[in-house]
Amino acid sequence: MKIIACIKQVPDSEAKVKAENGQVSWGDAPLVINPFDEYAVEGALQQKETTNGTVTALCIGPESAKDALKHALAMGADEAVLVSDSALDGLDTLGAARVLAAAIQKIGGADMVVFGRQTLDNGAGLTPAQTARVLGWPMLGLAGQIKVDGGNVTVERVIEEGRQTVSAKLPAVLSVVQSIGEPRYPSFMGIRKASKAAIPVWTLADLGVAAPTALVTRAELMNPPSRETKVEIITGESPAEIADKLADKILAEKVL
Amino acid sequence: MKTFVYIDHFKGAVQPASWEALGLAKTFGSAVALVFGSGVDGIAQSAFEFGADEVLLVDDPALLDYRAEPFASTLSALAAASSPDLILFPTTARTRELAAMSAVDLGTGVLTDVTALEADDGNLVATRPIYEGKVLEKTVCAGKPVMATIRARAFPKPTAEAGRTGTLTRADAKAEAITAVEGYAVAENIVNLTDSPVIVSGGRGVSNNPSLGLDEKATAQKGFDLVGDLASVLGGAVGASRAAVDAGYIPYSNQVGQTGKVVSPDLYIAAGISGAIQHLVGMRNAKVIVAINKDADAPIFTQARYGVVGDLFAIIPALTEAFKKKLGK
Repeated sequence: MKIIACIKQVPDSEAKVKAENGQVSWGDAPLVINPFDEYAVEGALQQKETTNGTVTALCIGPESAKDALKHALAMGADEAVLVSDSALDGLDTLGAARVLAAAIQKIGGADMVVFGRQTLDNGAGLTPAQTARVLGWPMLGLAGQIKVDGGNVTVERVIEEGRQTVSAKLPAVLSVVQSIGEPRYPSFMGIRKASKAAIPVWTLADLGVAAPTALVTRAELMNPPSRETKVEIITGESPAEIADKLADKILAEKVL
Repeated sequence: MKTFVYIDHFKGAVQPASWEALGLAKTFGSAVALVFGSGVDGIAQSAFEFGADEVLLVDDPALLDYRAEPFASTLSALAAASSPDLILFPTTARTRELAAMSAVDLGTGVLTDVTALEADDGNLVATRPIYEGKVLEKTVCAGKPVMATIRARAFPKPTAEAGRTGTLTRADAKAEAITAVEGYAVAENIVNLTDSPVIVSGGRGVSNNPSLGLDEKATAQKGFDLVGDLASVLGGAVGASRAAVDAGYIPYSNQVGQTGKVVSPDLYIAAGISGAIQHLVGMRNAKVIVAINKDADAPIFTQARYGVVGDLFAIIPALTEAFKKKLGK
């Protein structure tokens, strides 16, 4: 089975991200593979193992995003492709979906395309379903378990209300959640292989796609209002006394 | 301005943020509620009571189970036929997919997780958190209709007016089923964390009670029972940190944080949660945060308004009793 894992590179979640001169700044924090996309790579690799398939990691981003692709290769992906083009600055999710769909076709199609639930940066979580719609493939979102049987895929969707079992014919687009299993650590051999890998870089011209015009654009960037975070520690002689004081404090806040 | 409001429901139980979206729509002009499903006349009536001027009802056995594709095609057809200026959704797992797909059909954009929406000279400007809420952006959509999913509890919920009615219009489903629902394992207690005004969460510390013997999981269960008792007295929901979910103490649907739910209740009580950044990004917008932890240096205290340095196995039951008395329960 041919599997494509779509990933993105984002600032590490420990990064102190802030708005600075109208730009998002994360100082010298490292850029990493989007944490949700590590689950996508993990889910893809699980399917590769059970179906004796291949995994191609696919990413849109600047040249530096090759590091995120190398992480996927080190985890066990067979190949990686970077789509990079200066015309992709300010891309919105619909544009990203169209570019990814074109890249998926250029790779030669796939039986399954796997995404993470959302990215840590924009966090819209729209790209998986939009890519499915552009391709005209079924969308199985928020999968916590994947089972492939012949030309069919069945997933257990993890939703607010519990779990829902949904099936579709392949090819299909999936997004996965953490119930899929902890992402494996890159092996020593994997890291060696990844460091030597030549990652092809495709431009929009290579994909035969015109530069997408973003419909969703940013008008302003702000830092959230700073909060009073000085904590008042409640003490007392006994748990009952502490609880009594704390309950009074909470009631005085008028939030109940 | 004409606004469509998609009323999201699971087997007939409406996501309360749908009504918040309806209230928001009314501030801009007329509101048309979209109700899709099978046997959902009751939801249409509720939509009128919460302020809908018109309900577009698509009641079809083919829409009994939510599936992204037929729901999106139905929505796209209705939007194409009557050109609304704006389509609002509550932000849920379903609507993210639905709005995403419909936007492809309609060639427009979606603004997700919106916490404020203003009409500025006829243009809609949405405020939304990005980078896990570390930064806020104001964002606009050049396409039409503008589509926006609103964050639960960010907008006021309108008051229902019993018996209120409006124009009911029935429409057809566009049912191209390319996925099949095989079944459900519906949670015993459906946790609606994003809509809950009070959340009491337990973390790894919930299992650290030496007095309860060696069976850690049973101990943790006891810990979550205590957390649950407090939540129930306060009329709230039970949350958890990732550590507790990974250890199998409590289902993933209860998880608050980066890979779980992002919540903004009026009151958030964190019991035995140290406060890793991945948890903090999920709850730091709560109005009042209370932290109970044995470790006075736990990072959770940097976010809390009130803190107790102590054993949650002693403090939580005492707090439950105190509230029972003070709230007269």
